[in-house]
Amino acid sequence: MSTVEETVAPTGDRPVLELENCGKSYGNVHALRGVNINVRQGEVTCVLGDNGAGKSTLIKIISGLHEYTEGSMKVNGVVRQFNSPRVAQAMGIATVYQDLALAPLMAVWRNFFLGNEVRKGPFLDIPTMKRVAGEELTKMGIEIPDLDRPVGSLSGGQRQVIAIARAIYFGAKVIILDEPTAALGVKQSGVVLKYIVKARDAGLGVIFITHNPHHAYLVGNHFIILKLGRVALDAHRDELTLEQLTGEMAGGQELDELSHELAGADPGKVVEGHEVERGAVFDREPAAAPDHEERQ
Amino acid sequence: MSTVTTTPADDRVGTRSAASTVLARPEVGALIGAIAVAALFFAVAPAFRSVGNVGTILYGSSTIGIMAVVVALLMIGGEFDLSAGVAVTTSGLTAAHTAWYFGLNVWAGVGVALLMSLAIGAFNGWLLHKTGLPSFLVTLGTFFVLQGVNLAMTRVIAGGVSSNSLNDLDGFDSAKAVFASSLTLGPVEVKIPVIYWFLLTVVAAVLLLRSRYGNWIFAVGGDSAAARAVGVPVVVTKIALFMGVGFGAWLLGMHLLFEYNNLQSGQGVGNEFIYIIAAVIGGCLLTGGYGSIVGAAVGALIFGMTQLGITYAGWNPDWFKTFLGVMLISSVLVNMYVKRKAEGR
Ligand SMILES: Nc1ncnc2c1ncn2[C@@H]1O[C@H](COP(=O)(O)OP(=O)(O)OP(=O)(O)O)[C@@H](O)[C@H]1O
Ligand SMILES: [Mg+2]
Repeated sequence: MSTVEETVAPTGDRPVLELENCGKSYGNVHALRGVNINVRQGEVTCVLGDNGAGKSTLIKIISGLHEYTEGSMKVNGVVRQFNSPRVAQAMGIATVYQDLALAPLMAVWRNFFLGNEVRKGPFLDIPTMKRVAGEELTKMGIEIPDLDRPVGSLSGGQRQVIAIARAIYFGAKVIILDEPTAALGVKQSGVVLKYIVKARDAGLGVIFITHNPHHAYLVGNHFIILKLGRVALDAHRDELTLEQLTGEMAGGQELDELSHELAGADPGKVVEGHEVERGAVFDREPAAAPDHEERQ
Repeated sequence: MSTVTTTPADDRVGTRSAASTVLARPEVGALIGAIAVAALFFAVAPAFRSVGNVGTILYGSSTIGIMAVVVALLMIGGEFDLSAGVAVTTSGLTAAHTAWYFGLNVWAGVGVALLMSLAIGAFNGWLLHKTGLPSFLVTLGTFFVLQGVNLAMTRVIAGGVSSNSLNDLDGFDSAKAVFASSLTLGPVEVKIPVIYWFLLTVVAAVLLLRSRYGNWIFAVGGDSAAARAVGVPVVVTKIALFMGVGFGAWLLGMHLLFEYNNLQSGQGVGNEFIYIIAAVIGGCLLTGGYGSIVGAAVGALIFGMTQLGITYAGWNPDWFKTFLGVMLISSVLVNMYVKRKAEGR
């Protein structure tokens, strides 16, 4: 498996990752401010929040893609500033990025092992890599008959499964999944959730980013809600019900407002098709503004 | 406990026929082109048919092919090097001037030239990384810098536009034997750069397809952000690719120096495009992440055949460049067509 230099088991209940007052600015955009988070091995930490809340920024700091600009991050109690994802991976942190990080023109098996190639002497051990990639993908419930196909020719969901299977295979200490189920069908989402639980049971720390509170509540031990780059809620499963989590995510009172706004809109109503002038829809009937939630 | 989910096999993806698997390879267009060009000159130029001329054709191809191979690696890694043509001259001149000016053994000059060529490559890669500019711009800058340096240093040291002859210096004969000798294989006289071209092609092709570093080259060319995110050392990979071009420039520069005993300071300008064209004929995409080393070598062979074929056929050699342009466009079209056919789209 992956080359892990320091897979020191955490002593006692010490979190594997500790962020203290951590922050990240992109120029004058403070994407993340004063974040305190602990991630423990053997737990699933769910990170939720609106679009642009800073979730991806948070995980990019942990995975070494960006360097934090404030505060500190400790891995196994030692302050670290990863200057490249390679360093983070060497410490056993594997990531599924929201944009997947796959090279579209490369074969499936080459992508799967990219950065972690299996070698026999100086050369690639191609049969082993193809076999392992095929097996891992089959376990995730997708069948790709031709592993030499370029990743770019696969469907969005198939690509997502490749990225997830890769992280699960190579993650040795912490696995980070940034909206892994966004493009997946019901069955594949289910498989991913099962794998999250499996990874936790194997003693890994899992960071699971999602917009779906149902998914989060199915597997999460620990929930963090980010709002405008700050931690708005940090609660253990015992302290929270699914309803509360959903409410918190939608911003509680905002949800009330939304249901009030949509109260007049009869969801069963069907009207005859018309052609409308551009921009006329919102002017005409503000109360029937379409619901902007992209994901369920 | 086992959560292995079995799926019914997907019957939508038929196994590709062996023919279409072969046709989908990037070098196929170049091979078809090479056969077409060979057939053409075989028909119209009697001298082309003589076995003795095979060596000449291969030699002409090798002086392009050595660079085409390293340039193809760089292009698959997603970058260009417009300084590749003058860098060959810079390398040769560095060796000549160093050895002559200090009265050293020729091999000292050869060594300094190698360091110089690798340093120029490393500098290109480093500048690319530091500035974040496209390599087209960065190496265009290096192109002009090197061109000026070649002219100026030759004027200062040799007092003209041509480097001084080295044949009185120690080590000249052994250097000539290594870089510019020839051997006879049956009826064919093979010049040594042909052997280097062949070896370089094999090494680069194995490196690209069978080594970890080759996987990284495809990845940084295809999507460098994705490559970095999964732990590929992108900067190191790219700098090494530019240094590879430097190595090729050194090898060819040494050959030219010892073959002709001196070099013209204005030589090499424009050849960078010939290398790029050979790589593109060989199936390299201008956008990176895709291509073939064997294809680039065949692309160079097409050049060699055309160059000599035109002469052998008794045509006006002025048409060479026109022929090249037509070759370039048609080979790219053939590549696209063949690929689309093979992928069944
Ligand atoms: N490279 C960047 N340069 C400048 N600003 C950025 C950059 N990346 C992100 N931001 C900003 O940082 C904020 C947080 O972005 P981030 O991608 O972390 O959000 P997110 O919570 O992952 O959103 P989503 O749910 O849509 O994925 C946004 O306001 C975004 O505009
Ligand atoms: Mg995000």
